[in-house]
Amino acid sequence: MSDRGKIILAGSVIGILAGLLVKFGNPVNMGICVACFIRDTAGAIGLHRAAVVQYIRPEIIGFILGSFSIALSTKEFKSRGGSSPILRFLIGMFVMIGALVFLGCPLRMVLRLAGGDLNAILGILGFAAGVLIGAQFLKKGFSLGRNYSQHQLNGYVLPAAAFVLLVLLLTAPPFIFFSTEGPGAAAAPIFISLAAGLIVGILAQKSRICMVGGIRDLYLIRDPHLIFGFIGIFVFALIVNAIFGNVQWGFVNQPIAHNDGLWNFMGMLLVGLGSVLLGGCPLRQTILAGEGNTDAAITFLGFLVGAALSHNFGLAASPNGVSLNGKAAVLIGIGLTILIAFLNTYPMTADAGKEVVKHGV
Amino acid sequence: MGFKTVDARGLSCPQPVLLTKAALKKIEGDKLRVLVNAAVAKENICRFARNSGFRVEINNIEDEYEIIISED
Repeated sequence: MSDRGKIILAGSVIGILAGLLVKFGNPVNMGICVACFIRDTAGAIGLHRAAVVQYIRPEIIGFILGSFSIALSTKEFKSRGGSSPILRFLIGMFVMIGALVFLGCPLRMVLRLAGGDLNAILGILGFAAGVLIGAQFLKKGFSLGRNYSQHQLNGYVLPAAAFVLLVLLLTAPPFIFFSTEGPGAAAAPIFISLAAGLIVGILAQKSRICMVGGIRDLYLIRDPHLIFGFIGIFVFALIVNAIFGNVQWGFVNQPIAHNDGLWNFMGMLLVGLGSVLLGGCPLRQTILAGEGNTDAAITFLGFLVGAALSHNFGLAASPNGVSLNGKAAVLIGIGLTILIAFLNTYPMTADAGKEVVKHGV
Repeated sequence: MGFKTVDARGLSCPQPVLLTKAALKKIEGDKLRVLVNAAVAKENICRFARNSGFRVEINNIEDEYEIIISED
């Protein structure tokens, strides 16, 4: 199958699964949300105590293990790392903070629109703005440096952790939290969520689908390849939602969403900017982590800690709107991310690649 | 007829393609040799080069890829 065929297939199936997951019990317009689901998992293991969002999401486990399995079988699994890991952790935290102000990762942003939530339009505009800002640094030679081959064991850690989370989910020991109400309690049956996650993990790994790459590549190299994935997800999620009566067009009273347009824009601006600098959206980071990329695994941990801090420090938004702390955190995040971008940009000389080695190592 | 080399090994998206793009602007009849060690980078660079009208040849060297791009 051609690359184009693969990405459209992946997008379509992901869109369909996202729509079906809602039908089977996931929160409305949240069939899949990488940010929300990592946040729910953070709560389940006690990193935050927001009682309405605590649940080990099997979808996240599926993304990691699905990617891990297919990468191993196609010999693409490689333990690699060392590309500014602590900066990636930090940027990952900011991306999560931004996502929890908008109330969605870039994938949920698309799914919200496919459910009729027009607030997602502000999110998409902000996201695009963030990507365009990040792209300016990329054009000028931004790089977090090379990654290097690591001892094999490193790459297995996050997949092993995902497996441990699965065991904790299934055995439900008393120290693992399970929301009894709110979004954390809205969940499809475990095996359906896990199966969907595994399928998405496999398709996303094979197709290299990435929400950030879509807009980024269109702008930087006029390549619409990844945008097709983006569109596929939207179209098919919309179709499935329409079939099950899960489309409600409007700005107000949208499920797990607020209509503060400015902060929907700003939150996703931070997500777009951070994700471009990281080299992929949160879904892509999760998939890369499953493939043995330890920088992506560390970014994933940044997402986890960012989610925990968002709830502990009152940064996360709610359907009632955005807190002052959340607004401040987004502005600080944008400022620090731009600073990181600026300090890691090197002129692209005719000796393409050499400059990166000199500064990035 | 010379070779210019771009070492894009270990770099995150989209640096390998961007470095290739910058190098192709100055190729002037030479061939461009791009080194990557990730399948996704290889795919992206090949797609970019072909879409830009260049000829692409790929050599697998252990678990790295050597992409030779030349004018068509």
